[in-house]
Amino acid sequence: MKLTGAQALIKSLEMQGVEVIFGLPGGAILPVYDPIIDSPIRHILVRHEQGAGHMAEGYAQVTNRPGVAMVTSGPAATNIVTPLANAYMDSTPMVVITGQVATSSIGTDAFQEADTTGITMSITKHNWLITDAAEIPEVVAEAFHVATNGRPGPVLIDVPKDVSNQMMDWYWPDAVDLPGFKPTTKGHPRSIQAAARMIKEARRPVLYVGGGVIRAGASGALLALAEKTGIPVVTTLMARGAFPDSHPLCLGMPGMHGNYSAVTAMQKSDLLVTLGARFDDRVTGKLSGFAPEAKVIHVDIDPAELSKIRHADIPIVGDVRSVIEDLIEALDKGEAGEMVQADLTPWISRIREWQKLYPLSYDRDGTGNGLKPQYVIETLSSLTPEGSILASGVGQHQMWASQYWRFDHPNAWVNSGGLGTMGYAVPASIGAKVGRPDKMVWAVDGDGCFQMTAQELVTASAERIPVKIALLNNAYLGMVRQWQEMFYDQRYSEVYLSPDLPDYVKWAEAMGCVALRVEAPEEVAPAIEKANDINDRPVVIEFRIDSSEKVYPMVPAGASNDEIVLGPSYGGAR
Amino acid sequence: MTNIGPSVVPMSLPGGRSSRGVSLHVLSVLVENRAGVLARVAQLFSRRGYNIYSLAVAPTDDERFSRLTVVVDLESAPLEQITKQLHKLINVIKITEIDPVDAVEQELLLAVVAADVSSRGQILELVGIFGAKVLDVGLERLTLALADTPEKLDDFTELIKVFGLIEVQRSGRVALAKLNRGGGRGGISRGKAS
Repeated sequence: MKLTGAQALIKSLEMQGVEVIFGLPGGAILPVYDPIIDSPIRHILVRHEQGAGHMAEGYAQVTNRPGVAMVTSGPAATNIVTPLANAYMDSTPMVVITGQVATSSIGTDAFQEADTTGITMSITKHNWLITDAAEIPEVVAEAFHVATNGRPGPVLIDVPKDVSNQMMDWYWPDAVDLPGFKPTTKGHPRSIQAAARMIKEARRPVLYVGGGVIRAGASGALLALAEKTGIPVVTTLMARGAFPDSHPLCLGMPGMHGNYSAVTAMQKSDLLVTLGARFDDRVTGKLSGFAPEAKVIHVDIDPAELSKIRHADIPIVGDVRSVIEDLIEALDKGEAGEMVQADLTPWISRIREWQKLYPLSYDRDGTGNGLKPQYVIETLSSLTPEGSILASGVGQHQMWASQYWRFDHPNAWVNSGGLGTMGYAVPASIGAKVGRPDKMVWAVDGDGCFQMTAQELVTASAERIPVKIALLNNAYLGMVRQWQEMFYDQRYSEVYLSPDLPDYVKWAEAMGCVALRVEAPEEVAPAIEKANDINDRPVVIEFRIDSSEKVYPMVPAGASNDEIVLGPSYGGAR
Repeated sequence: MTNIGPSVVPMSLPGGRSSRGVSLHVLSVLVENRAGVLARVAQLFSRRGYNIYSLAVAPTDDERFSRLTVVVDLESAPLEQITKQLHKLINVIKITEIDPVDAVEQELLLAVVAADVSSRGQILELVGIFGAKVLDVGLERLTLALADTPEKLDDFTELIKVFGLIEVQRSGRVALAKLNRGGGRGGISRGKAS
């Protein structure tokens, strides 16, 4: 069968089981958009290429399947650089297809030419510049294989226009042959035995759980491990929902804005069982002061993460789900099976004491100049159906969302962790709703973030994707304001945005959304209930919140986690 | 700063330490012979802040593969982290870590030296002693070639410098692990699975 390169590309995506492409056409990708008309694959036309990338990420974060985005060359390719970098940091599987100028024009500074593979080399797991249409099925198969195997991540395929028009003989490769890509998935048995012994001896152990547990679908195995050993669990920002917040062993989020008990349990721990986490600086604080007495078992699919930041006493390369399952077996059998688990009762009671003394808290009766954002999120969490998906942007609202939303399921939290990409919430929530149309999808967004990517609500209206946006409007770039207040003597430099410029209600309505504005606490619940009943279009609720509200607890940047600040609701003391 | 030019390399001392006092290590990296592989390796070093001291690239006997001989400066990052990050490149097949003490190394030097009638004899004497070659003869200049260990190249450069060096070009070293008595190779190979 003779096909054009463009037809072969779309057919290859069909062979991979792709159900949706997020994209925006343009000159160099034009040939590939023609066969899309005849394909069963749904195409969602975005308003900006960054939106396409973040939608693909949101889709992948809730489905654990690779998101697919397709854009043209030059400025479109550079517009999708941010999502690629974001997906690379958060290990999100994504396949981006970019158009490229014709092979004969490459290197001539042709119209809309950019060195896409060069620009994206360090923010993709791998990228390909196709020079012959015959390569297309093979490269597409390789790209999906690389994106989804080992540590997941983004890949990019750059397709010159003449290659899309070139005729080729259709085939589909039986297998992928990549001699340089053979991820280790099975943990080394000796290391697992040693880890089991170390776990049994530990008196103050913590299960330090990262986003890898969600990517590996290891939540069930993790629950079994925690219940078997009775070891408390902290879930990082990327891992919220990997272990249920409602479980008695869950201590919540560690790190710069983590729960006191999660942060302190790690600090006082004698063993960190690190599962698909990477000792990010936002978790460790000042590294030399981080968990000084803890030994480290580190399980990761990426060998380069082991001992990159913190020395691993027992490094284990492997798929975290498979390793946890083997670990559970090793705790029963073999040498460790004969050992008795050290008594954790004193450790758990110390933690319970911290939980009792220093729970997350805010001034509920505060007479500030607006709603308390924590109250908005608590109310949202309690009124929204079990299993709903929450997306967020980056900043204060993201931290409040992570702290006050109740996470009980994996793949239900869509946020930008590593790169900290403002504007992630709106497009990512759209992608999430496309991936899980059966779930209610809320996004918590800030006014700064919203202004960066709000135009994708036009996409959501046009495509009938009923996401719901809780816009926490504090008229500031709030997190930057918080730092200027705390660390720059309240010298506020370029952080004021205004509460009513733009008029968010009019703007949202202009984009086809139902829009509500909430200013009083008693209006919060009714507005959310009204939004929850709307299923045929996007909804934006603008909550006017107290601009002086800050995120606590907080470990100041560069400080040790022992120096955690609890905030004014504790009278400013620890 | 990443110096990937195989051009004029600072003088090195035996034992894997250069005159700058940094510790050097040789990585022999087998890669797929594909467009852009060198850029991927170079960008990885640049992005992660690893220093390349010298770099040589050439195809192997199997045309599907090329071999990079990278001399890395371990002041910038631990060797283990460098090799692990290199392994993440899809085109990297195998990395062999070679401690300079356990390596056989060769580097090529081309030098244009001022050589009038009075000095030509002395220069040719040094050419003989070092086993170098005369590649080209001009009225007032000679172009010399020497393939030897980087240290020998340093010595040779030092000695001919007095006659007036006009141009020097070095290739960067290539290296393989020394053979052990049993006939196998030394050096630690790391396959993808490590």
